[in-house]
Amino acid sequence: MHVKKIRVVEDALDANNTIARANRADFDRAGVTVVNFMSSPGAGKTTLLERALERLDDEIRLGVLEGDVQGSLDADRLAHHHAPVVQINTDAGFGGECHLDANMVRSALPSLPLEEIDLLIVENVGNLVCPAEFRIGENARVMASAVTEGEDKPLKYPLMFRACDFVLVNKIDLLPHLDFDMDAFLSNLDAVHPGVPCALVSARTGEGLDAWFDWLRDVAERGREAA
Amino acid sequence: MHEMAIAGSILDSVLRHADGRRVTHVQLKVGHLRQVVPASLEFSWELITKDTVADGAPLVIESVEAVGACRACGEETPQAGFPFRCGACESFDLEIVRGNELLIDWLEVEDPVEA
Repeated sequence: MHVKKIRVVEDALDANNTIARANRADFDRAGVTVVNFMSSPGAGKTTLLERALERLDDEIRLGVLEGDVQGSLDADRLAHHHAPVVQINTDAGFGGECHLDANMVRSALPSLPLEEIDLLIVENVGNLVCPAEFRIGENARVMASAVTEGEDKPLKYPLMFRACDFVLVNKIDLLPHLDFDMDAFLSNLDAVHPGVPCALVSARTGEGLDAWFDWLRDVAERGREAA
Repeated sequence: MHEMAIAGSILDSVLRHADGRRVTHVQLKVGHLRQVVPASLEFSWELITKDTVADGAPLVIESVEAVGACRACGEETPQAGFPFRCGACESFDLEIVRGNELLIDWLEVEDPVEA
């Protein structure tokens, strides 16, 4: 039997990237700008989302795609807002994956009323490693890191901190009770992702949240211009 | 643990290129800046290729070190950790030119057609 060598030189995630591009084309056609929102579990993504839904409700038509391994707790929390909220569970036919991938987002497209949405925020599965590897067809990526997680996280999970366009440092209302060293955190963040914009916020008290709302307005505006 | 998803994606590409032929080797390039655990990826590969034409084919992972090209002086320097820094002029303004790879480089198949 003759052995033949085939030169491939193809991204190992080519299949995912191809579907991500198809998602992006569909979103573009519908005039929807997409934000991929990532963090570890418990960093405050859902509360930050609730604040955004409250504040931006009369300015931007928001939509939310909730990714979780199981259940609809987050979608239920957001259900009383005006914005359409759709839940994806990664355990239902997707093997309980620890991240959303392009195909999972694609499968949710028919449930999303895209014509009613200008800015779709996709709340990824809480995880600091895996979501950073998978494009879903987003225009921008944001992550939340809570001060309760410690100042060393950028150095431990550099791929995530390098993959995002904006960092929310959340739960700063807890700083008086913690040994968290903010200067060290910011210097670690700058070491792995020089120049990435970040905002110090508390979703609980509302402190600093204007920077979060402004960033979302900005992303929506740039998406509109590009369309 | 996203290595199973990566292994599945590699298998999709490999099966497409193999086009029904038995696969005997898959060569992968993984940059240091990717958070891929080689042992975990190899284990996932072994599981996911069962009963396919790639069953038993080793997934050989070539590790690629991170290299930054300095935007100030143009020098290319291997990067062992953060922050990235130019080895010649100490600038922090670098473009990463290697180390982000997650590439299927080549594969080997049994070709029934005699050469």
